[in-house]
Amino acid sequence: MSRPEDILPPDLYYDDPTSKKYTSNSRIQNIQASMTHRALALLNLTEPSLILDVGSGSGLSGAILSAVPPEQGGPHTWIGMDISASMLAVALERDVEGDMLLADAGQGVPFRPGTFDAAISISAVQWLCNAESSVESAPGRLKRFFEGLYASLRRGGRAVCQFYPRDDKQKKMVSDAAIKAGFGAGLLEDGGGTKQVKVYLVLTVGESGDITGIVAGMDGVDVEDHRKRRNKKGERPNKRDEIIRRKHRMEGKGKVVKATTKYTGRKRRIAF
Amino acid sequence: MKILTLTFLTCARKSCKPEPTSYPLHPTSAELEIIPVDFNPLFLRALLPRLDWPTLRILCEAFGLPGLQEEAPEEDALFLQPEEGGAMEDVEVQGEKGKEVVEDVEKKGEEETREASQLAKDLHHLLLETTMQEGKLVCGCCGHEYAVKEGIANFLLPAHLV
Repeated sequence: MSRPEDILPPDLYYDDPTSKKYTSNSRIQNIQASMTHRALALLNLTEPSLILDVGSGSGLSGAILSAVPPEQGGPHTWIGMDISASMLAVALERDVEGDMLLADAGQGVPFRPGTFDAAISISAVQWLCNAESSVESAPGRLKRFFEGLYASLRRGGRAVCQFYPRDDKQKKMVSDAAIKAGFGAGLLEDGGGTKQVKVYLVLTVGESGDITGIVAGMDGVDVEDHRKRRNKKGERPNKRDEIIRRKHRMEGKGKVVKATTKYTGRKRRIAF
Repeated sequence: MKILTLTFLTCARKSCKPEPTSYPLHPTSAELEIIPVDFNPLFLRALLPRLDWPTLRILCEAFGLPGLQEEAPEEDALFLQPEEGGAMEDVEVQGEKGKEVVEDVEKKGEEETREASQLAKDLHHLLLETTMQEGKLVCGCCGHEYAVKEGIANFLLPAHLV
């Protein structure tokens, strides 16, 4: 599978011909539309909202946001950000309804705090995992993006970012950056284990931080919790193991510790 | 770029973020254009608490648009009071919905068809239909100029300014 972000930076890769080809390709249109609908379902908006579209491109996802019927809480008003001037030129030709900015999400989000009800990003965040100059780094760009996004969303707002991670390491780097910025985060995978896997990063602002409750009610979603559970009271670990663990720790600190034997952690009963 | 967007934009530089002068950006040599957009009173209602009214007044002054009232309006001011147009709407709702007798549905319908006031229409015209096509946005803190061309503002920063 070719990864365009390995070839060129986004502003150069999406030049005029590529942007036109991308936007007029019906296969890409279909995939983008289905992913936008999925993201909208995850956002679960009930009234007309102000939405930030990060990497709005030629407005494929934005057109869907403007076209949500009133029964489903629409139509939404959106503001798009994209780094490719050619993509935005195509969007102007297509006469989309939203406002657009030429901006690099890796440089932050230039909006005042609490602006947006929600944010959506379709196939864009993986571009932030590449640094194009020596003065910036991929984690730094992700950090600025998520911090800016966190601030610009209102409390109780939600963001859904669909992206194509290269591997598990990159997936973890992106979700860790989001959690560090303060989001409650979780990953939703559609078609996990297949080639067509689609990864959605679901982010919440100012809620409890547990997002499993949001997706648990949806059809065909299995929740896999990889968080470490703390032992409940009463389920104490074995006393002997506990002592050995503590001895090991003390040894690490350079203390003199008695050797571990079969008598370690045993009670001294009165032998009569 | 809609005036709505302008009321939310700040300088993109990190060093400007904590400075109060970096918001709002001051428009200079702006060319305005009216682009019609569908009227959506429910969106305005959701937006109103977030709107920074003094900023909007400053922007209106900068564009030379007719002045706004001094205080931000209440949410109720966006809709006509039910007494005034209530009877008429009832007829409309019944006419449209026909035989649907479910009360909840009718109530919801009434809520949605509550007629919007002139204020809401003016706000819609100002925020969503008035757009800035050409010009510059200047940060009050660092003085950086963001160019606006064909309604799209350029917020890309050169590496030394990030």
